[in-house]
Amino acid sequence: MKLDQVARGLLLREFVSGFILAMKYFFKPKATINYPFEMGHRGPRFRGEHALRRYPNGEERCIACKLCEAICPAQAITIEAGPRRNDGTRRTTRYDIDMVKCIYCGMCQEACPVDAIVEGPNSEFSVETREELLYDKQKLLDNGDRWEREIARNIAIDAPYR
Amino acid sequence: MTFWETVGLVALTALKSLVLLSALLVFIAYALLADRKIWAAVQLRRGPNVVGPFGLFQSFADLIKFVIKEPVIPAGANKAIFLLAPMVFATLALASWAVIPLADGWAIADINVGITYIFAISSLGVYGVIMGGWASNSKYAFLGALRSAAQMISYEVSLGFVIICVLLCAGSLNLSRIVMAQDTSLGLFGWYWFWLFPMFVVFFISALAETNRPPFDLPEAESELVAGYMVEYSSTPYLLFMLGEYVAIMTMCALGTVLFLGGWLSPIPFAPFTWVPGLIWFALKASFLFFMIAMVKAMVPRYRYDQLMRLGWKVFLPLSLVSVVVVAFVLKLTGLAPGA
Repeated sequence: MKLDQVARGLLLREFVSGFILAMKYFFKPKATINYPFEMGHRGPRFRGEHALRRYPNGEERCIACKLCEAICPAQAITIEAGPRRNDGTRRTTRYDIDMVKCIYCGMCQEACPVDAIVEGPNSEFSVETREELLYDKQKLLDNGDRWEREIARNIAIDAPYR
Repeated sequence: MTFWETVGLVALTALKSLVLLSALLVFIAYALLADRKIWAAVQLRRGPNVVGPFGLFQSFADLIKFVIKEPVIPAGANKAIFLLAPMVFATLALASWAVIPLADGWAIADINVGITYIFAISSLGVYGVIMGGWASNSKYAFLGALRSAAQMISYEVSLGFVIICVLLCAGSLNLSRIVMAQDTSLGLFGWYWFWLFPMFVVFFISALAETNRPPFDLPEAESELVAGYMVEYSSTPYLLFMLGEYVAIMTMCALGTVLFLGGWLSPIPFAPFTWVPGLIWFALKASFLFFMIAMVKAMVPRYRYDQLMRLGWKVFLPLSLVSVVVVAFVLKLTGLAPGA
């Protein structure tokens, strides 16, 4: 046994077999992707950056029911509501999400009766200061405008399973 | 020799050194990139591929990054020695290239004790490590330096005996003459890696330990000592340590090429192959050894410290010692000994 071990050690058997295995892996296709240039797959239920959506005619969906604010387990959402100046409909006068508090659980989009607040497919919203992560209504509506196509597509794909 | 002849000689040597050093550093920049790429490929990663085509400028970007960073000197550190240590390490690593013959007659100093010079210089390199580890005034750095010192000294012993085997066969301490002693009609199989194969293996593994490469990178074992003796270093001093380390690795590759792989000689000793410049053969052989070193990093797990010491003192030392005796006997009995 001992002699066997010594012989194998001297003949570098383990080294050679390890080298062959390593060379096999050397020429295999890479498992990683070129991240900033290629993105991995993201499912339609991906919960990324929040967005407030609008109807196709440009009217904002949110009716200030405050269900999202109520359900938010991290209490990251702050809403103030009131009648809108020009037509007197009930709208949010303030809709803030503290993205630092947010745990991306998706409860807000589940609670929303009009699909107004959604978590979009975007996950690349890192910023340099903490203040930039305190989103206000304008920022959320802008996100909604920017990502509307992907968000609508994801909702359509996911609709049969809801 | 007149005064102006001396000045001319000094200027010529300085120029040669400058050319060699710049070529060497560029070569090492790419060796470093190759090291990272090979390591990545074995782990199914891509490695650096963003800076320049295929990431070819990555090392230069890293150089600029290191140089423009802020050098942090710990409050408890011995400032002078702390800053001197990386310079000592890098300078000594570069100094050993003075005697390495890159092609026939292409050594800056073709001295008769070339191999002894390299051995002495690479042994001195451990002072840079100890100085850095001690001057940092940090437990991790100190432990790393101690490990490094013990490891380098242990493996130098067997490395010395391996070199003695080659010297017995070659009959000279001059590196150029060691290469020429391997110039036989057998080509590839006339070189000492074939005749002294076990010693070649011992040399390779000792070279890994000598340059603190994985699997013997205990001095900078990042899972226990963070970065060993380099833990307190940042910016240019860190760069110098890193540079010195890779220069030392290339030195070991070059030394392996000279001692065992026939230096600048062509592996096939007839016409179309002998027309290829010796420098190219030398670079190819050194790159091959570097590739092997990089592959070892990718596929072998780190040794435990007592295993490292056991391998050095209880396996390699007796093995190389016996080999010296056997080689000497064989050379004497067969009358193959040079000058016999």
